[in-house]
Amino acid sequence: MPRIHRAIVAALAAAALAGAASAQDTIKIGEYASLTGKEAAFGTSSHNGTLMAVEEANAGGGVLGRQIDLITEDDRSTSGEAATIVKKLISRDKVVGILGEVASSRSLEAAPICQAYKRPMISPSSTNPKVTQIGNYIFRVCFIDPFQGTVMAKFAKDTLKLHRVALLTSVSSAYSVGLAKYFKERFIADGGEIVIEQKFTEGDKDFNAQLTAIKAADVDGIFVPGYYTEAALICRQARELEITVPLFGGDGWEAPELISIGGAAVEGCYYSTHYSPQVDSPVVKSFVARFGARYDGTVPDAMAALGYDSAKVMIDAIRRAGSTEGPAIRDAIAATSGYEGVTGTTTMDKDRNPTKAAVVIEVMGGKFKFVQSVAP
Amino acid sequence: MTEFIQQLLNGLSLGAIYALIALGYTMVYGVLRFINFAHSDVFMVGAFIGYFAGEHLPHGTVLGGLAAMAAAMAGCALLGMLIERLVYRPLRGCPTLNVLITAIGMSLFLEYTGQLVFGATPRAFPQIFPSRVFAVHGLIISMNQLIVIVVATILMIALQVAVYGTKIGTAMRAVALNPKAAQLVGVNIDVVISFTFGLGSALAGAGGVLYAVNYPSIDPLMGVVPGLKAFVAAVLGGVGNIPGAALGALILGMVETFVDGSRWSTYKDAIAFAILIGILLFRPAGLLGRFTAEKV
Repeated sequence: MPRIHRAIVAALAAAALAGAASAQDTIKIGEYASLTGKEAAFGTSSHNGTLMAVEEANAGGGVLGRQIDLITEDDRSTSGEAATIVKKLISRDKVVGILGEVASSRSLEAAPICQAYKRPMISPSSTNPKVTQIGNYIFRVCFIDPFQGTVMAKFAKDTLKLHRVALLTSVSSAYSVGLAKYFKERFIADGGEIVIEQKFTEGDKDFNAQLTAIKAADVDGIFVPGYYTEAALICRQARELEITVPLFGGDGWEAPELISIGGAAVEGCYYSTHYSPQVDSPVVKSFVARFGARYDGTVPDAMAALGYDSAKVMIDAIRRAGSTEGPAIRDAIAATSGYEGVTGTTTMDKDRNPTKAAVVIEVMGGKFKFVQSVAP
Repeated sequence: MTEFIQQLLNGLSLGAIYALIALGYTMVYGVLRFINFAHSDVFMVGAFIGYFAGEHLPHGTVLGGLAAMAAAMAGCALLGMLIERLVYRPLRGCPTLNVLITAIGMSLFLEYTGQLVFGATPRAFPQIFPSRVFAVHGLIISMNQLIVIVVATILMIALQVAVYGTKIGTAMRAVALNPKAAQLVGVNIDVVISFTFGLGSALAGAGGVLYAVNYPSIDPLMGVVPGLKAFVAAVLGGVGNIPGAALGALILGMVETFVDGSRWSTYKDAIAFAILIGILLFRPAGLLGRFTAEKV
């Protein structure tokens, strides 16, 4: 008996060692992103940033002495898909952490799953406050809508000197509804007036009806919290209806498609975002140079910068945790303090949101131009 | 009052595009008694043909715009006939359900092939027609809207003439009435069905270009929502009935526009579909459709 016992123990130990050895190979990090579909421009940009961060980490010897394996899945910008993919990443690929998504609606779908499986999730650019409220395993590296809404309300009131503003909100997006709410609260508190509120659904292409109603209400500005696909068409149709007042929105506007689809109609429009490649700082300059070298001279936008920062924060946390266990990584992410990212200094607050500055961008001469930086 | 008439104009141009798509659904249904779900994706292909043709044509001229549209119509007519020949004809005589599911499969095939070939990111459609805005007494109508309304009207009149005034149109109506009897009196069913698909798809191609001209952001999934709306319009007007499809599309376009411009814009689709359900409760065959007892 003792001999058999010992043999079994030896066999088990060998198996355990073998198992440990194979797990030693790589550390798997999962990413779910909108690589195709409506928000493909965001998803691809964010993914390029994430990928570059992982490649740089691997070139520098990886983390905990192991290489990092980034497993990326496409959710096709569709609701319902994010949850399925994240389940697959956790249960089949056994990833230690999850990165994603750009859109708040899809982050909200995947977050409860990460929370249930105790896998830390970092969203690069979901700004809706509800995302991190799902649970203590959910983080983000961008500012949140109350701040962004406040920034644009202040900008509209103080810099653009607007008093009568119309809201044109997408009712099917958590991001848009959130941004509109905080903009409205601040703008009214500052003595402005929201004259008319119109709604649309994501995927709509005809906004003539809403814009005709807005035109009749005689406003001096239109706030359109939404994504670039709709924003570009809204600007065009507004200009066709001879609405000449400025239109402005949030970080959902930031994509080259805004200008390629919007054309002359988006000239003189503004939006708030997380970062500008024109910001004069050594970290940003070096990032822009490395990104351009990696992706044929592409200038990284805010999504790329946030995708990069999200992966960096995750990798840094794994290093500090010295472990690939979910709870240990979670504690390390929560303890992130004074991390110098491309999009600013990141310190996680108790609600797992960082406090960061925002920048306002104007479209001018077919280019995105940095206007001002707004501190929290 | 100005706002009301402006919304009326907006609704008219939206309804005109729905009508062009709805006609294709209704014609195929009239002849073959099945809904061709791939129709909305032929519409998308039309927009893309217009996009590529537009790249090689002078921008901002009526002639160039019409040429791009003609290219899209010809391309889509070919595609429609090809789909019918390769996919639906081998299934003729099978239960309707098989054909219906094949149609859904065909639709998905076109959508995802489109994503593969054209890419999923939306593209900016070139300004192929002159970009002008006319302002009359505070009313604003863009050249694009005007072209949509005029071209759609001309195409619908042409279709009516083709169906009621030509030999092939008579044959189409004969097949719609009774395919077997039509065959007995010497109508070549294959030619008629092929022609119906070609004609319907050409209208969808024109619709695709006009839609893209008005809402200049095109992507491979752009056909899904307008396709669904046009299908609703066809049912609303009485599926299988050509003037009915046009009427249904016009009503749907108007309702959507007026709800969108009001305080209840959140409920746009809910209200549009509630009207559909209401009409079907009282007129199960649609507004202009004639109710016929199904022989079992």
